[in-house]
Amino acid sequence: MATNANYWSALGDPTRRTIFELLVEQPCSVSGLARALPVTRPAVSQHLKVLKNAGLVADTRSGKERIYRIDPDGLARLRAEIDQFWRKTLAGYKLAVEHPKKDQA
Amino acid sequence: MSKHPAPAPVRHSIVVEASITRAFKVFTEDFGTFKPREHNLLAVPIAETIFEPRVGGHIYDRGEDGSECRWARVLAYDPPNRLVLSWDISPRWQIETDPDRTSEWEVRFTAEAENRTRVDIEHRNLERHGEGWEGVRLGVDSDQGWPLYLQRFHDLFPRRAA
Repeated sequence: MATNANYWSALGDPTRRTIFELLVEQPCSVSGLARALPVTRPAVSQHLKVLKNAGLVADTRSGKERIYRIDPDGLARLRAEIDQFWRKTLAGYKLAVEHPKKDQA
Repeated sequence: MSKHPAPAPVRHSIVVEASITRAFKVFTEDFGTFKPREHNLLAVPIAETIFEPRVGGHIYDRGEDGSECRWARVLAYDPPNRLVLSWDISPRWQIETDPDRTSEWEVRFTAEAENRTRVDIEHRNLERHGEGWEGVRLGVDSDQGWPLYLQRFHDLFPRRAA
């Protein structure tokens, strides 16, 4: 699932993490976020696009602007992410156990 | 009080061709080598991941710049049979400092043969994260684990009516 893979990298960027945290606090438009941050409107839009693709934020139209908010289904998302984490971890673990590097053999 | 239905635990199993002693040793000593690379809350790439092999220890990532992220506490350490750890990462993808709002994961090692071991993982109590999530959404309480810089940004934040 591409969405899950994007999750961590989407929040790996400090500006995107700040945007996400601002949206946890309250929903906001692109221009509102651009005023609160030392980045341009187009840059904010680009970051929001990444966050949206990762399923972290959702937007709704309000008059001329789009209002961004965190995706409310965070718990289900966390569960899916954890599920993916363990799937990958155990696959990597099996390789590490059965194919030890030279210094461990 | 949470309106979230309790999610089912996440369960995974794997059988590895190794003795139970080796299976346990690799899981704990080499955890950082097989943990998914993108699992990183630091702002910089991870230099190493440390699994402290004792109750009260942590799993923590150390970034290339020396910053640290302690995202799991060791709750039970019974070699070579069992581990229980916390998961201190909130649905907001930040370190959760309130233990009541963290889930836990148990790893059980079972010898199926001299050189074959089954490893079962159960990640449970996920609904505890929901309490925190809902609290944040309702604006009830956001002081726990909330970085100071967020408050600073919040103070700068324009009111909608302005």
